[in-house]
Amino acid sequence: MTLAEIRDILDAEVLVGSDELGKEVKTAFSADLMSDVLAFAKPGSLLLTGLTNPQVVRTSDILDIAAIILVRGKVPPAETVRLAQELKIPILRTRYILFETSGRLHEKGIVGCIEKVGGDRVDVGNKI
Amino acid sequence: MSEIRYENFFPIEGGTFVNAGDVSSRIKSILKNLGIGSEVVRRAAIIAYESEINIVSYALRGNIRLSVTPDAVCIEAKDEGPGIPDIELAMQEGFSTATPMVREMGFGAGMGLSNIKKFSDSLEITSEVGQGTHVKTRINMAEAG
Repeated sequence: MTLAEIRDILDAEVLVGSDELGKEVKTAFSADLMSDVLAFAKPGSLLLTGLTNPQVVRTSDILDIAAIILVRGKVPPAETVRLAQELKIPILRTRYILFETSGRLHEKGIVGCIEKVGGDRVDVGNKI
Repeated sequence: MSEIRYENFFPIEGGTFVNAGDVSSRIKSILKNLGIGSEVVRRAAIIAYESEINIVSYALRGNIRLSVTPDAVCIEAKDEGPGIPDIELAMQEGFSTATPMVREMGFGAGMGLSNIKKFSDSLEITSEVGQGTHVKTRINMAEAG
């Protein structure tokens, strides 16, 4: 699924990366705790989060996250947007809550980057 | 003992999140440019990042040493800070002494050291209370996936 389709499903606003909406994504990870993101998220996945500080962008850069979806209508501070522009990581903002955001994307075919802890999902062919 | 292909020290300022993660991003791109396998690069970057977060969260200052040999990538984090009185306790997932500032950044849930352990092939922690902490990690190239 492309970021453009994801934007439409989530009625989202593109804050960073409007030139990267053709990027393909198949998996996602949702969390507000960055240590959990580091522990479990996989390269090429979407990161769904309600946290808006620059560490969300740093964490995404370290992990090669495809794009950040800010949920619950959160508005990121300017330094977060700046860092995302610098590191070329798209940020989309949706007013849906985390549960709804995850559910809507899952319904359309995006799956978790792992299904449960201790069990890796069979490779779905994510590209970094 | 195998020869060192690359070595560098990166100083890190404690107590502020302003540049937190900058060194780790640099380490990641250095390793990528050295042609290291992507899984090893990823594990090294995660270890460097959690180490960097630990230094900015708890220490006055510190540094990260990156070294690469044909067999392994080593990340060593050394800081001047309060030290860890009980390393075994600090290694337990969920144990944390983090301040609200650290938690607001999405860390401080007592996962830093266990994440460092999870992504390394060997881990050695020494610490002196009132002096500082030294965390040595190694990622074997052979583990590249």
